[in-house]
Parts: sequence; C-alpha cells; structure tokens
Amino acid sequence: MSTTLLLIARRLGAAVLTLLLVSVVVFTISSLLPGDAAQETLGQSATPEAVAALRAQLGLNEPAHLRYLHWLGGLLTGDPGRSMANNLPVREIIAGRLPKSLLLAGLTAAVAVPVALAIGILSAMYQGSRLDRALNVVTLSMVAVPEFLVATVAVLVFAVKLRWLPSLTMIPEDASLGDFLRAYALPVMTLCFVIIAQMARMTRAAVIDQLSQPYVEMAALKGLRPARVAFVHALPNAIGPIVNAVALSLSYLLGGAIIVETIFNYPGIASLMVDAVTSRDMPLLQACAMVFCTAYLLLVLIADVCAILANPRLRNQ
Amino acid sequence: MTEAVSSTLGTEPTPAAPVGLRRQALMSASGWVGLGIVVFWTLVAIFGPFLAPYRVGAIVAADVFEPFSAQHLLGSDYLGRDVLSRVLSGARYTVGLALAAALLASTVGGALALFAAVSGRWIDEVVSRLMDAMISIPSKIFALVMVAAFGSSIPLLLLIAAVTYVPGAYRIARSLAVGLNQMDYVQVARARGEGRFYIARVEILPNMINPMLADFGLRFVFVVLLLSGMSFLGLGVQPPHADLGSLVRENTSGLGDGAPAILMPALAIATLTIGVNLLIDSLPTRARRMAGGA
Repeated sequence: MSTTLLLIARRLGAAVLTLLLVSVVVFTISSLLPGDAAQETLGQSATPEAVAALRAQLGLNEPAHLRYLHWLGGLLTGDPGRSMANNLPVREIIAGRLPKSLLLAGLTAAVAVPVALAIGILSAMYQGSRLDRALNVVTLSMVAVPEFLVATVAVLVFAVKLRWLPSLTMIPEDASLGDFLRAYALPVMTLCFVIIAQMARMTRAAVIDQLSQPYVEMAALKGLRPARVAFVHALPNAIGPIVNAVALSLSYLLGGAIIVETIFNYPGIASLMVDAVTSRDMPLLQACAMVFCTAYLLLVLIADVCAILANPRLRNQ
Repeated sequence: MTEAVSSTLGTEPTPAAPVGLRRQALMSASGWVGLGIVVFWTLVAIFGPFLAPYRVGAIVAADVFEPFSAQHLLGSDYLGRDVLSRVLSGARYTVGLALAAALLASTVGGALALFAAVSGRWIDEVVSRLMDAMISIPSKIFALVMVAAFGSSIPLLLLIAAVTYVPGAYRIARSLAVGLNQMDYVQVARARGEGRFYIARVEILPNMINPMLADFGLRFVFVVLLLSGMSFLGLGVQPPHADLGSLVRENTSGLGDGAPAILMPALAIATLTIGVNLLIDSLPTRARRMAGGA
C-alpha cells in the first residue's frame, strides 16, 4: 500500500509543479502585451499623467517577476484582481459563471459516459466484426467534426425546422423540469457528439488491451461464453483503464465548451473567457485560463491516479 | 503489412504486391475514401481560386441567402456574394494555414526531440518539463490567451497554431527517438565514435519519419479544427481574408432560413478533417500505433 501512496503523492507533487509552470506560461504570454494595459484602458487621447497614474495603480511599474508573484499570491488567496472592463472583482464574476459551466459539463458527462461505455465495450467484444468496423468509421468521423457544424445542424433541425427546442439556452427562474431539459437539450447534445466518439474509442482500446491477455484466452478455452468472458473476467480488470479513458476524454469538454457556450449564448465561464479575449480584459482572461488549466490538470490527475490504483501489481503490497 | 507497404506510405501502393497479400496490404475502403477526399481538397486549395465562377468579394446575386441554383451552385451569402467562390477561396486559407502550421509544429517538435534524446539528461529533463507544462494548457485556451496578447493577423495565427501543437509532436517524437536511441545499431554507431548529430541525423531520424508522418496528419486535423474554431468565434482570420470558419461565422444570421451559405463551409471543414482521419486510420498499423492517438 505504501508504494501506491508514494506513487500517488509523487504524481500529485508533479501536478502542482506543472500548474505552477502553467501559471508562469499564462502570465508571461498575457503580460507581453504590445502597448500597455493603462494606455489600452484610457484610450489614445489620455493625458500622459492619467496614464502614469493608472500604471501606478495597476502596479505596472513593478518589474515583471514581482507582478507575477503578486498575481500568483492573489490567485492563491482567492483574489485574482479586478476586471478591466467593468471594474468588478474577477472572483465575483467567475463565481457567478462557474456553477453554470459545471452543470453543463455534469449533464454532458451523465449522458455521454453510459453511451460511450456501451459503444466502446460492444465494439471491443466484437473486435474486427462488421459492427466494430462500422463503429470505427463512425466514431472516427465524429471526432473530426467541428462543434459548430454539429450545433448548426442541431439548431437547424430541432429549433428551426421542427420547433421542438429553443435555439438559445435561457432558463427562467421558475422553470419546470421540462423547460430545464428542453433548454439544455441542444448544448448537451452538441457536446456529447464529440465526447462520446472520443470516449468510446479510448474505452474500446482499453478493453481490447485486457481481452488480449492470456487469462482471457484461458477463460475462452475453458469454454465460457464471450459475454461471460468479457463481463466477469475482463471487465473488472479493465475498470482502471476505462476510468482513465473517461477522465481523459472529459478533458475534451473544455475545448468544446468554448464553442458551444458561445453559440447557445450560455452564461458559463467559457463564453466569459471569449468575451475577455474580445475586450482584452487581461485579469479576467488570466483567471479564466487558470480555471480551465486547473480543471484540465485535475482530470488528467484523476486519470493517472486511477491507472495507478488499478495496477494489480501494486494492489496487494 | 510489411516494409514494402510502409515505405510507400502516402504514395500509390505498389501494384506488384503478391495477389494473396493484396487484400491485406492495400488500404481499406474507408482509407480510399479518405485519400480521395484529401486529394480533392488539395486540388481545391491549389486551383480553387482559378475555378471560382465569380470574384471572391463581388456582390453578384439578386438576393441574400439564396438557395442552390444554376447561377449560384451553393447559393448566396449574407451580402449576396457567391458561396461557391467564397468556399473555393476560403479552403485555400484553411488548408494552407493548417498545412504550414502542422509542418512547423512537427518539424520543430521533431528537431527538439532529437536534440533532447541525444543530449545529456539535464537538457532532456528541462525541455521535457517545459513541454509537459505547455501540453497541460488546453489548445483552445492557449490560442485564446495568445490571440488576446498578440492579436490575430495571419502570420500570428500560423505561429500560434504551430506553437500550440509543438509539445504534442515533441512528446511523440521524443518517445520514438529515445526508443531508437537504445537500439543496437545506434550503440554500434556510438562505439564507432560517431558524433551526436551524425547519430541523430543518419541513424535515428530516418526511422522516425513514418510514424511522424501519421502524427503530422493528426496535427493537421487539430490545426484545422482549432483555427476554424477561432475564426468562428471571430478571433481567427480577419476580414477581408476569410477561411472556412469565418464563412460560417459571417453567415450565422442565415441559420433561420436554413441557408446553404452557413452549412456548406461547415460541411467543407468536416469533410476535410474526416477525410484525413480516415486516411491516417487505414495506414499500416505499425506507423499508426507508434504515432499514438489524439
């Protein structure tokens, strides 16, 4: 057990270190701004005195490494500064948006994971069959389709032609469960499209990896039915790799959310970030970027820890 | 599934393959479809603007968001411009930018990996850590931060896309190079007293090329999706230039009419990326397995 804990602790340490490096990269890029933030905010007609005053107020006169440390300290204590667009604390803006994005991600995962696992396990069990090859071509095509095409076609079919679903995601305060589901149907459907394909492909690979082990061959030689071999013998051992695959594919949600939240005008953190880029609101942008990177690292970390825990060689020590 | 096939990767399969092996050695049907699509888009990217029936920026249709017609095969856009002409010219931006960015990413990633593999442990460690940190930033987030900081002119977009995918190419190339570095023939070359760069260039590089080509195809797909996504958000290619993603964005108001102006450019992107994916998937497994997944 201690070896396992040690491995996990080391992995955790590496994740923290990576996050720190990520913060350096994000800060460096976003403070290399040509022109400077004070000039940008006040516009071309500002007096030099006003610009100098704002520069001092924003702390732009300090050397870069001190600004980085201030910024990092602010992030760690939960105060990543003020938005330059509307002067609200970044923390408040993000706190209002983050739960909405998490809800969208949660709903997507709830739909995508069971479907993807079913497709992945099925095509692994019938590896090489016509079904498997057909699913391969289908999922391979699905991962390559841009989200905005899926969203556009979905809106065209379900909102414009059939008029079943709203094309923008707006939830009134007193929404019933039906309204709620209708409002979320299109964004969730769009996000699921790519995620399911990705996850099914990785699940298939994980299960096939197990099915090619000698003990599975042994079980088959004993005369067990393929379903029993797959579900009773192979699957328990494949759970670790499968959870690993699921966590890694969920990280694709982050990129997909940016397009989907924008298209459906969904008030989540991804559309917030796109707005921050458009208005060049650097404090907000940096904080959003760090939220996304943390979420991504967290998912990868979960995937890695599951892989460690699932390794039978480490389980009984 | 032998040397003969993998060495002809990307070109016509050898017709001299033994009849018995033929079924196995040739690409699958989906692979042929993929190859066909890739060849089609390559031709469009090269000759598209010459084939365009109208000038790209000219307002030629009587009405906006016209449906398919004989004068305007793919209808007209939100200003009454010919969609077919716009797609033919947009494809050049999409394919050209993605090709250049993927090439840059694979070359730089591959070169860094070779350098790290034949250099000492410290250099390898430093470069690898840095790449690990960069790969931990989701590509769209990275691109958004870069665009916010530097703007989105075409050379910058090219650079942004290339930088975004260098770490992925590096990671794959490094694992290949480190593996090859342990091979007996490399040890022999080292014992013979060959220099580091001779070993990298003559002994390791030639054996990395095939898997790196498959990886290059994947990078190309990623770049196409990334750049058209950015253009769709209005943060990519800026007017008066337009890639396929920009075409989708500028015609969003036609969605209510179900105008071809919005669907056609989006479908064009999807066929391009699906085509490349199908082609890579049917490459000989050896090359593909080593190139890894997404």
